Amino acid sequence: MNPFIHELIAHYNQWITIFLMVSGLYIVIAKDNMVKKLVGLSLFQTSVYLLYISPGKILGGTPPIMDPKFSVYSNPLPHVLILTAIVVGVATLALGLALVVRINEAYGTIEEDEIFARGEEE
Amino acid sequence: MSSSQLPALQVVLPLLGAVICAFLRRGTLAWGVALCVTWTMPVIALSMLWQVLATGPISYAMGGWAPPWGIEYRVDMLSGFVLFLVSGVAAVIIPFARKSIATEIDSTRQAWFYTMYLLSLCGLLGITITGDAFNVFVFLEISSLSTYVMIALGRDRRALLAAYQYLIVGTIGATFYVLGVGILYSLTGSLNMVDISSRLGELGFQPPVLAAVAFLFVGISLKLALFPLHSWLPGAYAYAPSFATAFLAASATKVAVYLLVRYFFSVFSVSQIFEGLPVSEILIVLSVAGMIGASLVAVFQEDVKRMLAYSSVAQIGYMTLGIGLANKQGLTGGIVHLFNHAITKAALFLAVGAIVYRMKTCKIDDFAGLGRRMPLTMGVFVLAGLSIIGTPGTAGFVSKWFLAVGALEEGWWWLVAIVMVSSLISVVYIGRVIEIAWFREAKPIADNAREPPASMLLPMLFLAGCVVYFGFATSMSAGYASKAAAHLLGAEQAIEVPAAAGTKQ
Repeated sequence: MNPFIHELIAHYNQWITIFLMVSGLYIVIAKDNMVKKLVGLSLFQTSVYLLYISPGKILGGTPPIMDPKFSVYSNPLPHVLILTAIVVGVATLALGLALVVRINEAYGTIEEDEIFARGEEE
Repeated sequence: MSSSQLPALQVVLPLLGAVICAFLRRGTLAWGVALCVTWTMPVIALSMLWQVLATGPISYAMGGWAPPWGIEYRVDMLSGFVLFLVSGVAAVIIPFARKSIATEIDSTRQAWFYTMYLLSLCGLLGITITGDAFNVFVFLEISSLSTYVMIALGRDRRALLAAYQYLIVGTIGATFYVLGVGILYSLTGSLNMVDISSRLGELGFQPPVLAAVAFLFVGISLKLALFPLHSWLPGAYAYAPSFATAFLAASATKVAVYLLVRYFFSVFSVSQIFEGLPVSEILIVLSVAGMIGASLVAVFQEDVKRMLAYSSVAQIGYMTLGIGLANKQGLTGGIVHLFNHAITKAALFLAVGAIVYRMKTCKIDDFAGLGRRMPLTMGVFVLAGLSIIGTPGTAGFVSKWFLAVGALEEGWWWLVAIVMVSSLISVVYIGRVIEIAWFREAKPIADNAREPPASMLLPMLFLAGCVVYFGFATSMSAGYASKAAAHLLGAEQAIEVPAAAGTKQ
């Protein structure tokens, strides 16, 4: 097989990570709707989970429980780290959505451009 | 035995205090808890600092798990200094909070504010004390999430918008940081900063390290509001409750600057990654752009809080300039400016907070005649303003002096000229407020303006005293900073010892 294509396929997990990361970041920057921005932000954070977890898995590796029958172990630490990061991501999303609810109460809209257009008159 | 647990207590006490505040529900009671916790913080920080000066860095294995596998809390010259700075400023300004918060936040929400304040303090101290790269991310998010809430508690509805924007930018910053850490982890297999550094040194240069450096630096720069990544800062400072603004201005960006220094000198510099990379040059260009650009924008602000926020962006430029210079004098200037700017900006924002307490406004035009109505408050403003400008005899002069000497050491005359120009622009924006406050007739809105109560006045006067004191007694602040700078620049030797200890196990 062509070595370039082999490289491409061998790192397919990285490509998914990069795709999620860039599309998430694009949504945050391009959208005016505040809820959509938060969805993009969540997507962006999710890509990091994949970045951590996928190198931690070794094909054929088992959980690191010492046993003479197994010699290849997967690294459990990334999972633990990402559990923490997921909690952080959920908290950020929850707080962001709560803020959007309050912004909707105060301004009557969740479109950022509409609020900025109004903000100039104040 | 108890003294050996100090690094853990530094972080755990504010965390427990926050939980207690959340249960109390009464604003004044919660303030009492926050006061007790905040006042123990500098005591802990100072006793650790003494221990560091006497016997060298403290390494504390969290939960008894030995580093580099467990989380290490590491107090050295620099982190001890920043711990003391953050906790010390917080301890000075917390008495100010009660009356200021009572007028600016609904009584049902005051206890929540103190909960968030203590969580934020916990996060900031945690970032500083931990030696584990991922642990930094966790504390970064603890402090950021609580900061978003503090900002959103501001009276103006624009506070909600500012908090939302900060949440978006801050989360992108933290995610970039954690991306960088992830790449470093897959390269080195370690999360302990000392360990990462020595393993990077063994690894030599590899392209993915560049990606890690880029993600880490952009992420941290978003947090410290390095120009042009500062867009979140003016809104956040302008609409947050006055006490929160003073606290954040003195601590949050300073801790982010500390993190940048930590990565720049303790993690990457040792492994010679930066050779042939223009990292210092980029940092210097951005610092200079911030010093001039943000100062110019500050001149045209109508709101004093917003003006001071842009001034903060410019002042952060001085700190990153010191890091970019990366020689002993320059780095000393950067570190001592961290200290000097923290006390100066805290004094300025407290003075504005006291004016908001009496006048319910902080528009520059409404300051007319306040010099005679609130002479002490405005006196503090003038004194701290002089320190922002860098007048001899104030703290701000000391740090600018070291930066100028550091720039001259590199033979960069133009940099000294830029520092001077930036100072001259700050004369314009500080002078404008002083002119309006002292030389214009008072407006009707200022009719019942008078000095704030003692609990608000004393912290201000104390900070103003510090601004003058550290302008003359430079041996304590600058002397210590130069020791810390020498320690950082000589980190190549210092790093060898723990690396050798790690391989033995």
